[in-house]
Amino acid sequence: MSEARGPESSVEPIAVERGASLWRDALVRLRKNHLAAAGLVALFALLVVSLLTPWIAPYGYEDQDLALGAVPPSGAHWFGTDLLGRDLFTRVLYGGRISLLVGFAATGVSLCVGVLYGACAGYLGGRTDALMMRFVDILYSLPFVIFVIILTVYFGRNIVLLFMAIGAVEWLTMARIVRGQVMSLRQKEFIEATTVMGLPRHRVLLWHLIPNTLGPIIVYATLTVPRVMLMEAFLSYLGLGVQAPMSSWGLLINEGVQTMENRPWMLIFPSLALSITLFSLNFLGDGLRDALDVRASKD
Amino acid sequence: MTRPLLELRALRVHFPVYSGLIRRRLAGTVRAVDGVSLDVAPGETVGLVGESGCGKSTLARAVVRLVPCTGGTVSFEGREISAMREPAFRALRPRLQLIFQDPYASLNPRMTVFDALAEPLRVHGLADGRDVRRRVSDLMELVGLAPRFMRKYPHEFSGGQRQRIAIARALALEPRLVIADEPVSALDVSVQAQILNLIARLREQMGLTLLFIAHDLSVVHYLSHRIAVMYLGRLVELGPASEVFYRPRHPYTRALISAIPVPDPVKEKTRQRVALHDEPASALNPPSGCAFRPRCPWAEPRCAEIVPPLESCGEGHQAACIRLEDI
Amino acid sequence: MPLLDVHELTTHFHTREGVVRAVNGVSFRVEPGETIGIVGESGSGKTVASLSLLGLIPSPPGRIEKGTAVFDGVDLLACGAQTLRSIRGRAISMIFQDPMTALNPFMRIGDQLMEPLRVHEGVSRREARAQAAEMLRLVGIQDGARNLDAWPHEFSGGMRQRVMIAMALITRPHLLIADEPTTALDVTIQAQILELLARLQRELGMAVILITHDLGVVARVCRRLYVMYAGQVMESASTDELFARPQHPYTEALLQSLPSTHVKGEPLHTIPGLPPDLIAPIAGCPFAPRCAKATDRCGRGTPALQEIAPGRATACFRVQDGEL
Repeated sequence: MSEARGPESSVEPIAVERGASLWRDALVRLRKNHLAAAGLVALFALLVVSLLTPWIAPYGYEDQDLALGAVPPSGAHWFGTDLLGRDLFTRVLYGGRISLLVGFAATGVSLCVGVLYGACAGYLGGRTDALMMRFVDILYSLPFVIFVIILTVYFGRNIVLLFMAIGAVEWLTMARIVRGQVMSLRQKEFIEATTVMGLPRHRVLLWHLIPNTLGPIIVYATLTVPRVMLMEAFLSYLGLGVQAPMSSWGLLINEGVQTMENRPWMLIFPSLALSITLFSLNFLGDGLRDALDVRASKD
Repeated sequence: MTRPLLELRALRVHFPVYSGLIRRRLAGTVRAVDGVSLDVAPGETVGLVGESGCGKSTLARAVVRLVPCTGGTVSFEGREISAMREPAFRALRPRLQLIFQDPYASLNPRMTVFDALAEPLRVHGLADGRDVRRRVSDLMELVGLAPRFMRKYPHEFSGGQRQRIAIARALALEPRLVIADEPVSALDVSVQAQILNLIARLREQMGLTLLFIAHDLSVVHYLSHRIAVMYLGRLVELGPASEVFYRPRHPYTRALISAIPVPDPVKEKTRQRVALHDEPASALNPPSGCAFRPRCPWAEPRCAEIVPPLESCGEGHQAACIRLEDI
Repeated sequence: MPLLDVHELTTHFHTREGVVRAVNGVSFRVEPGETIGIVGESGSGKTVASLSLLGLIPSPPGRIEKGTAVFDGVDLLACGAQTLRSIRGRAISMIFQDPMTALNPFMRIGDQLMEPLRVHEGVSRREARAQAAEMLRLVGIQDGARNLDAWPHEFSGGMRQRVMIAMALITRPHLLIADEPTTALDVTIQAQILELLARLQRELGMAVILITHDLGVVARVCRRLYVMYAGQVMESASTDELFARPQHPYTEALLQSLPSTHVKGEPLHTIPGLPPDLIAPIAGCPFAPRCAKATDRCGRGTPALQEIAPGRATACFRVQDGEL
């Protein structure tokens, strides 16, 4: 902010010592947790690979070789091919793009909506809070699959819709978690201090309440990503999600299951990709929960 | 005579208590503050003493409107603030600040010292642009912190240093009245002395009016011009600091002062103590008449019948006991 | 022969950030039936020292590096967990600061009181109940028999601390370690509890170690005092001597910083600076950086606790050399 001092600044130049922010502290602790650090590295690698897929994939995801058919892994096809002779390695790469995109995007949507909604309800309290939370309860009680089917009937199938559908369900839990956090924070003296100082409400919400709920939020978000990915697989399985020739891990696993006995590679490789992601996220989530725990770091 | 800066008139703060899990019904009322009248003159320091649960913190919170008053009035600078709506009151807030008890809880753990001090300045338009930084370093120097620590986070400071930050934050708004709610009770003895000195110095330097709340009478006596003693939501004694400390009139004040452990073994051995029965009654279900009656060594049947009002018992000295003459 | 003789007790915590030297070569002794006080501010190591004696240091990260603590002919630091367990709660008891959390909220008062008797001494339920009721009466809780069936939440803070004391004393220990027993209580209740402790100490003839930051509290009940700072004993003396003629600059400064010893209107004496960070190794006297009377030498060597007169010792070069 005012770190950049103007030329005629009247403040005598002082060497300001940078504080170790809680975030940097948390990062240090996270690095010491080997499983979580490995998870972080693995996730990062997956993201980079997904971004670079169009350039590193050896084949196009639509390229068929019907004459070849399904062959086990070889030098030309590292993960083997599927029934239509499409390179499985390429399809896992492209599938990863979709799965990760759905996972992170839907989580992002639920994060934004849920955090704001929950924080508002918790901070405003009283009747407003009761009203907002009853609305959440109503949404909770809608059967999810029917909700998605209705959406697809009206809008046709597309990935954006998928995000919306999944995000619309996931933010409910997020809102409840954040509301609980905010309600307990509201009793804290530093929030009372903002009232005494006469700070406007939106400032208190954005600068004082939400930053202090980020710990549980991030942890919950890392747990949401794998759940969303599994949900996408489930929807694709029902034929409501991603459509061929595009692929996603859920779709590939689904195909693999059907020919599991004769062509195990078609199940093993996509499952492996999904498992690595899920493990990484879970380890990272656990690690973050410990790392962000301010109480543990106070002593 | 000048008009008091802060006037409390029969201030009441009652909390409803509900019971039952499914069908919530009113189980009673906690009379946290039950008819307190108190004036604080400009430039004066009034100490408010009492044991935990006597309502002194609730009183502080009611004055700055963190909890709503259920009766009586609070006036500040001659205007009745207890009846104002929040938007109107917000303009007055900077002049009426509160220092909290627990410096570990009163600072946002995710904000640097700079951000914590700059925020009130910016929001209330007291400084902007480059000025903010200068004001923040001035404030830090004022409370005895090196400005080079302005980018550090609260968890990197000790309890005493955090309390200095909290004090700086309250002073950033250039208040006229500061209410300090047990500002040193969470601190170690040697640090406590530093903070008390700081508060005393700032009071002189900035001409602050202070309502100083504590459970430790010796701390309050050191700092205050007048002392008010509170028991179960009511004032039981009010008077000049030295009068109350050395010549307490109310039985409760006497017991309180005689219970303070004195760091002098010779005096300790010979000291006469006022022995109290039991423990304080609950503010949910206070005894009839004088609330102190069940613990009072001088109580008589008459004490159960009337709630004693504060009565004059000397120059500016008042106590609420019907047996003042006898004891 | 002293009841408890602690010699050079050293407890360190091996944390990820480094080694926290919580207790550094602390020695003290307790004679049978006497009350001693260990005074210090937070972080002085007074609580860690007492927990170390009873083997209650979480380990890891805590480790008792060296020292002996001979109680009744047994070295508590070397005797092994089994022996320690039989001593703890029987011959030595402890009460803690916070009576709100030290009682199990899901157990009746009586059952919690009877537990040590039943566990350590195999007393029958009937007999244990009778003793528990008697103990409640002793700590000033009327109608003991009925209160045995009460739950902790039905009691106020002062009452709970009484129950805690009853629990600690029910096995009639020879030594009671009381760690800040009145800090969480109001002054008028504190006075009652201190009176109670003094009375029980006389009636039961036990020794008491009172650990506190409050100089007023120790002045009232203790015969001898040890003043701790940064994990070391700075000064020890009889209570009267220590308050009348403090020798160590830290003790002196601490006494002067109390508002109650002060003339109104004058600024309080303060100790500048902060207690040292126990992770960083301390060269020299730990108090030297804050000490008004420190010389170059104080920053170089660590002064050992030395007797300067019968019954009093101090860890300060300048006092030992008669300069102060």
